[in-house]
Amino acid sequence: MSKKDKVFTVKVRRDFCKGCGLCIEFCKKGVLASSAKLNSMGYNPAEVVKPEACVGCLMCTQMCPDLAIEVYSG
Amino acid sequence: MELINKWPEYHKKDVVSHYCPGCGHGIVHRIVAELLEEMDLGKKAYLVCPAGCAVLAYNYFDFDVIESAHGRGTAIATGAKRANPNLFVISYQGDGDLSAIGTAETIHSANRGENICVIFINNAVYGMTGGQMAPTSLVGQSTMTSPAGRNPEVDGYPLHITDVVAQFPGVVYAERVSVSSPAGVKKTKKAIRNAFETQQEGLGYSIVEILSPCPTNWKMDPVKACKWIDEEMVKEYKPGLLTDKREEKRKEKG
Repeated sequence: MSKKDKVFTVKVRRDFCKGCGLCIEFCKKGVLASSAKLNSMGYNPAEVVKPEACVGCLMCTQMCPDLAIEVYSG
Repeated sequence: MELINKWPEYHKKDVVSHYCPGCGHGIVHRIVAELLEEMDLGKKAYLVCPAGCAVLAYNYFDFDVIESAHGRGTAIATGAKRANPNLFVISYQGDGDLSAIGTAETIHSANRGENICVIFINNAVYGMTGGQMAPTSLVGQSTMTSPAGRNPEVDGYPLHITDVVAQFPGVVYAERVSVSSPAGVKKTKKAIRNAFETQQEGLGYSIVEILSPCPTNWKMDPVKACKWIDEEMVKEYKPGLLTDKREEKRKEKG
């Protein structure tokens, strides 16, 4: 399997996200967006809207101040 | 499925930090924890916390952390390092702590060339107390105590303390970086790694100044705060290497 075909899965830990939006801003593929539903802290957390677009660049995890994003390969 | 971004070993698991949304402290905490794991220093790490927003950093780090009186971080770090040179001592300070009340300690510990690492978070305001003007506030910056903007005739000019200490012969490594973009975060990690290596090799004092967003006190959303760093703050505080005397020091040591 070449690198191009690699599949990545992004998961947002809803109740750890403070909805700052930095991951949404810096994801160039538009994988993430702000959720309309509030989480347990009362923030609008990030949610995955285009899971297939993820290329595993980890820009979102680099910028997340709350370690709320997990990226899985495969 | 394999998790790529593993949770750093020396960062406490499943805690939600008290920092505001979009605060740069969380990013720097993660970098410190990651580096201690990568460089295998976590078992002997000893972090000195400041008074300021990072006062509760011991809630997030899973290694030894001590709390310092306001501004005295490098004094405590000096004592710890001299008493037990095997410790890996990091002083984590904000701008109100390091460049206002702790100016004397900062200048003298740097001048003595203590073998410690200093991580200096510069957000140009006093964050914890509600966004008052700090010595590092920019000219014209509106804060709680300078609502019409900082006026240099009354309030003076922004203090470039990292540039000051970088002139000292005892300061081996000084760099200014920002955590306002993924590229900046990577540079920050590299700079802190270099600073950690400086102490590990016993070469002397290292300081990394990090321009960090404070969306709450700047009255901006987190994305705008990052842009403000990239557009306004870097004009006053230019990111880049300020001094690197590691080669000279290595030669001196033989």
